[in-house]
Amino acid sequence: MTAHPAAGLAEGPAGTAGDGYTPSPRRLARERYKRARTRRSAAAAGLSTAVTAVVLYLLITGSPGWQRTRETFFNARYARIALPDVLQGLLLNLELLAVCGSCVLVLGLLLAVARTLRGPVFFPLRALATAYTDFFRGLPLIICLLLIVFGVPALRLQGVTTDPVVLGGSALVLTYSSYVAEVFRAGIESVHPSQRAAARSLGLSGAQTLRYVVLPQAVRRVVPPLLNDLVSLQKDTGLVSIAGAVDAVYAAQIIAGRDFNYTPYVVAGLVFVALTIPMTRFTDWVTARLDRRRTQGGTV
Amino acid sequence: MSGSAVQEAAAGAGTDAGPVLRVEHVRKTYGRHRVVLRDVTLEVPQHTVTALIGASGSGKSTLLRCANLLEEIDDGAIHLDGEEITDPRADADAVRRRIGVVFQSYNLFPHMTVLQNITLAPRRVLGVGRAQAEERARALLDRLGLADKAHEYPDRLSGGQQQRVAIVRALAVRPRLLLLDEITAALDPELVGEVLTVVRGLKDEGMTMVLATHEMAFARTVADQVCFLDDGVVREQGSPEQLFGDPREDRTRRFLRRITEAGRL
Repeated sequence: MTAHPAAGLAEGPAGTAGDGYTPSPRRLARERYKRARTRRSAAAAGLSTAVTAVVLYLLITGSPGWQRTRETFFNARYARIALPDVLQGLLLNLELLAVCGSCVLVLGLLLAVARTLRGPVFFPLRALATAYTDFFRGLPLIICLLLIVFGVPALRLQGVTTDPVVLGGSALVLTYSSYVAEVFRAGIESVHPSQRAAARSLGLSGAQTLRYVVLPQAVRRVVPPLLNDLVSLQKDTGLVSIAGAVDAVYAAQIIAGRDFNYTPYVVAGLVFVALTIPMTRFTDWVTARLDRRRTQGGTV
Repeated sequence: MSGSAVQEAAAGAGTDAGPVLRVEHVRKTYGRHRVVLRDVTLEVPQHTVTALIGASGSGKSTLLRCANLLEEIDDGAIHLDGEEITDPRADADAVRRRIGVVFQSYNLFPHMTVLQNITLAPRRVLGVGRAQAEERARALLDRLGLADKAHEYPDRLSGGQQQRVAIVRALAVRPRLLLLDEITAALDPELVGEVLTVVRGLKDEGMTMVLATHEMAFARTVADQVCFLDDGVVREQGSPEQLFGDPREDRTRRFLRRITEAGRL
């Protein structure tokens, strides 16, 4: 029997509790078995990953069109040419994300609150908000974009911009605020009615109850799905390229169109992926933290 | 506990001889067929404690919720200090401010610390300054032995501690009347005592209270009058000695026997 076995999770290294406890042979045997099992599964996972990778590699590089494909999509020379332009264009995507993201959050919250208002006075507001979310949640983003980007300038309204960035951004806000409104609404409705009752019983008005009791809890709960929508918005900012705004996607398109090489698209795609991964990890982290807090045992 | 928590509150309202709460022929149904309160009439004099007893579903909680205007009654009237609060023109927020409620499931705000829970209503409803609200909150917490919990979040407290914080929160707006809705029903048995001690202290201070409870032994010692709710009406009403010792109604006797068999009396 070894002197310092790595002990179970519950207690840290065995026998450090300072109460004269020494692990029983039964516990040590159990832990030995668990360690062996962990080693076995790690080995199995490593092996199967390696096999999968080799098979994929052989399958792709062995395909009849691989030489052509590599030239057209994974050409290092074009990647080098494209990268600066793509990164330059990416600044526009980030700008759009910041501005549209903020607008989406504000508008979404307003819509959600409007939908939860009670009483006949608020009927028009409630109906309007409902119609808005129903419509823009169903309308494909690309159609919304095309209609706004080409439809609004066609009206030739005085004083209304024809800037593709602004119009494209507006389309993003219209669509995404309807998604986010539903997320907020779900959060608001997930706050237990007893919380509302407690607040009202203290004499808080309906608006005060919403502001101090319901919304803070609702927003906390929907942070993970909200971040998820923001990740999604981040990559959909690439769609403004169809309006002719020079973002990362359009920058890639210019080069690809000129030289008939699609490597710039791959570069742009990878740049977007690289951008969303930290955001996704952050979302996971926030979710895990909230879950931990919740499982610590709130009663409400 | 010192007497200030209650006396300040009581001083706010005119100390006329009338009852603090008067419930007159109140009817409350859910949907078309579930009659919860058929015809309830009762009076709660100032500085007294009224215990509502009755089987589950007999309408104890519903009556308390109606009194605090969390539910709308179908018929009858409820008066607070002689003023009809069930009049649709009455300012419901202002009425609720004068009535404190403690719920079975505490209903503390989980995103706020104990201190924030307690000072929310004084600050936002009564317009008390932050420093002053916190000072009073700390004084109340101190009296209930919770001084070191001011900055904890509710989920770090035991059930008994949470319920005592909920009582402090209700007292912080200096209510005229306190409604206690089965406040020990969700507690582990060994934590019931600490909460009931607080209620007993409030009675000694002269707080007017209505409590719905299953704790018959407690109702017997703390209440000035006991109302047995049954089938939507106050079946029997009297002093605890009379109602528990010598119930007049057959239904009351049967209810108390069931309770006794369950070992709760």
